Amino acid sequence: MVTILLDGRGDLAEWREAARPLLLARTAPRTIDWRCRSDATSDLFGPAVETPDTAIAVAATAPTMTVPKAFLSLAQAVICHSDPLRFHLLYRVLFRLQEERTLLEVLSDADVAQLHAMEKSVRRDCHKMTAFVRFKEVAAEDGHARRRFVAWFEPDHHIVARAAPFFQRRFTDMDWIIATPKGTAAWNGKALTISAAPAENPMLTDQTDTLWRTYFSNIFNPARLKVKMMMTEMPKKYWKNLPEAKLIPGLIAGAEASVIAMAERAASEAPLFHQRLQALAQTEREVARASAETLEELREDARHCTRCALHCRATQTVFGEGPQDAKIMIVGEQPGDQEDLAGRPFVGPAGAVFNTVAQDAGLVRKDTYVTNAVKHFKYEPRGKRRIHQKPNAGEVQHCKWWLTRELELVKPKLVVAMGSTALMALTDGRQRLSDLRGQIVQLGAGQSLLVTVHPSYLLRIPDEGKRLEETTRFRLDIARAVKFG
Amino acid sequence: MKKSLNERLAILSDAAKYDASCASSGTVKRDSSKSGGLGSTEGSGICHAYSPDGRCISLLKILMTNFCIYDCAYCINRSSSNVERARFSVEEVVWLTLEFYRRNYIEGLFLSSGIIRSSDYTMEEMVRIARELRVTHNFGGYIHLKSIPEASPLLIEQAGFYADRLSINIELPTDTGLTRLAPEKRPANIRKSMGELRLKIEAANDPTLQTNRRKRFVPAGQSTQMIVGADQANDKVILGTSARLYGSYGLRRVYYSAFSPIPDASKNLPLIKPPLMREHRLYQADWLYRFYGFGIEEITENQPDGMLDLKLDPKLAWALVNRHRFPVNINTAEREMLLRVPGLGTKAVNGILSARRHRRLRLEDLARLHVSIKKVQSFVVTEGWTPHRLIDRSDLRAMFEPKPEQLELL
Repeated sequence: MVTILLDGRGDLAEWREAARPLLLARTAPRTIDWRCRSDATSDLFGPAVETPDTAIAVAATAPTMTVPKAFLSLAQAVICHSDPLRFHLLYRVLFRLQEERTLLEVLSDADVAQLHAMEKSVRRDCHKMTAFVRFKEVAAEDGHARRRFVAWFEPDHHIVARAAPFFQRRFTDMDWIIATPKGTAAWNGKALTISAAPAENPMLTDQTDTLWRTYFSNIFNPARLKVKMMMTEMPKKYWKNLPEAKLIPGLIAGAEASVIAMAERAASEAPLFHQRLQALAQTEREVARASAETLEELREDARHCTRCALHCRATQTVFGEGPQDAKIMIVGEQPGDQEDLAGRPFVGPAGAVFNTVAQDAGLVRKDTYVTNAVKHFKYEPRGKRRIHQKPNAGEVQHCKWWLTRELELVKPKLVVAMGSTALMALTDGRQRLSDLRGQIVQLGAGQSLLVTVHPSYLLRIPDEGKRLEETTRFRLDIARAVKFG
Repeated sequence: MKKSLNERLAILSDAAKYDASCASSGTVKRDSSKSGGLGSTEGSGICHAYSPDGRCISLLKILMTNFCIYDCAYCINRSSSNVERARFSVEEVVWLTLEFYRRNYIEGLFLSSGIIRSSDYTMEEMVRIARELRVTHNFGGYIHLKSIPEASPLLIEQAGFYADRLSINIELPTDTGLTRLAPEKRPANIRKSMGELRLKIEAANDPTLQTNRRKRFVPAGQSTQMIVGADQANDKVILGTSARLYGSYGLRRVYYSAFSPIPDASKNLPLIKPPLMREHRLYQADWLYRFYGFGIEEITENQPDGMLDLKLDPKLAWALVNRHRFPVNINTAEREMLLRVPGLGTKAVNGILSARRHRRLRLEDLARLHVSIKKVQSFVVTEGWTPHRLIDRSDLRAMFEPKPEQLELL
């Protein structure tokens, strides 16, 4: 049996120095007795023995051993644990790792699971330290501009050195000291000093704690009492150093009474300023306009359209865009994801295809009126995306009211219907797109119609050759429209 | 007489407690040792205290003022309510935030406000607070600003340069509900504001042509809150709205807030205990949708009246009506199916996938991965364990339901 004496204050190097020669000598885990110096002094079983010289002699000559990186980062945390068994467990896993290189990936292994449990406990303790340390302000030193703060905290494990850099990153512009029974960390703006010596509770008070207590008791909602939840996250052992904790029993005890009091205080007469506000709002309520005379008025009316249910799901009405005296009007199907967010037609992927083709074909977009058969985006949510859905005949029919008004106000010479939905909206859907494709037909009093595909159709063709071919056909259609207009 | 700072803090924190969110996570890393100032953010948030209502206190969550020109029936600060009113100045909010932060009470500020004078005036004051903190005081902590409905897009954009997160509350799951209870709010404008913010966040994430660097703009994204139980909407409607919000605006979170009775409540509202269990089930369903590959339809299709089962969690409820898909073999099943096993979370599934590459897993192995054997055993096959006919038992549901409570003697 070999006995190893360590300080055991969360320093991995110390354990590593001791473990390396033992491992090189293939010392079996069960033959090593790991002990903490603080425990050993009161040991009834006699004085402990230091690391034997034989092991050290081996270390000087043998090659270095390797361990997986993951083990080291685990060990760095586990060594901070206060359980005396931590040294033994670490060594046992280290020993097993020499044969079982993938051991750490087997999270269901008993040793590995225990290692992780200890690591988790240390991590939680560190986290609770970052959460529950409470700084109290103390008077600044004479001639010293920096403010000074001191905190007292009682961690379960040896985590002061591990948690201190967090406070340095956070509280750079003030001097602070965190004192604990397991050591002290201090920052003065230049250096972080850590000592492992136990400190005493400085018993400080801070006036701002009063404000904090006011906040704590008022942010509490007595109608939702869930004491168990609070206790798991903020166990009682932390309460003695938290300025707000002494309010907790009173808040819990008074919760029911304050909910009842709340219910009794139901609905009283509204204050005067509310009545003034309501009267003002009444006079400001706009008078409904008879009917839109300009494109701008029509656009404004369309913003509030509730003719079909699509408005509840879409972001906004995407109305047509372009000059009122445009010669050509382009009619698409419906706004897509991007159009719905931006509130403008043809700004998404299909819009980009349209823009490129239009430019090649000599169509000037700013001289053209661009709109859609349906003015709200119809879709199905799928995770973080929205999947486009074709509008049904009813929706097209409802929205046709707007399209007809647009046609009446813009009076284009030529209307280009892109896709079957646009065709249906413009011609009552009796004809098929493939029959009319590329032709110019009469639409009504002095207006003509050219039918082509929707640019999103081009985006969906997987075969590149076919896509190029169809794009060319689409460009010829648009060029035909330009020539006609 | 003017109320003291302490009195106003009491009023304006009391008025803020109905906002569910107190998250301080998901933002970029900031470190004051580089800036020489105060404050840091490290990815995950920290809860600095817990209130007896079980909720985390991470941020100083206050209103700038609880005066409001809107009259939303569900809100404690509506213009027709007789609550005590107060207002903080810009300097007071900045002071409180910094002093609270220095004492390590909080991770940062969550600032909301009633609407005074106009939406733009209110938003401008809030942006001023965020700018003071960031620019004048070199503050690197977390800032969450509530966007004021109808505030100009320019102000929202400015807010986005200083805040980690922006949120605007959708308040109720349906447009009709909102119009009825909050006559001044326009659901379409709330959606529009979310849409504009999503486009701005995406634009800021595109590296600029000159520097190939991304602009810092609302790094923790946007979120929203829906009140549950103030109107008649069922869970199916609520979850459908959430799914649309996630899909449409890239929201990080939709918060559900069980409607909680407020003092001086409007006559339009139920005076009931907040439906906390319902709220909890909605969060579980929300998680299933976002992280476990469930569709909203799947979660709600077999539930009567479109309401989630209050006795069983939604995954278990789904498994009990889809028994033909079980048992699942822990040693061979795909990740997607493992995620659907009641009792297996994402962490446990990752652990299983990692461990089974090296050995065949038994029930004890699952226990060491912190899985509840009692919960999973009916649904899984492992080395040395099959549930036999357990999965077909007609009383399987009863095995999971909470035990009926004995009535207390009078």
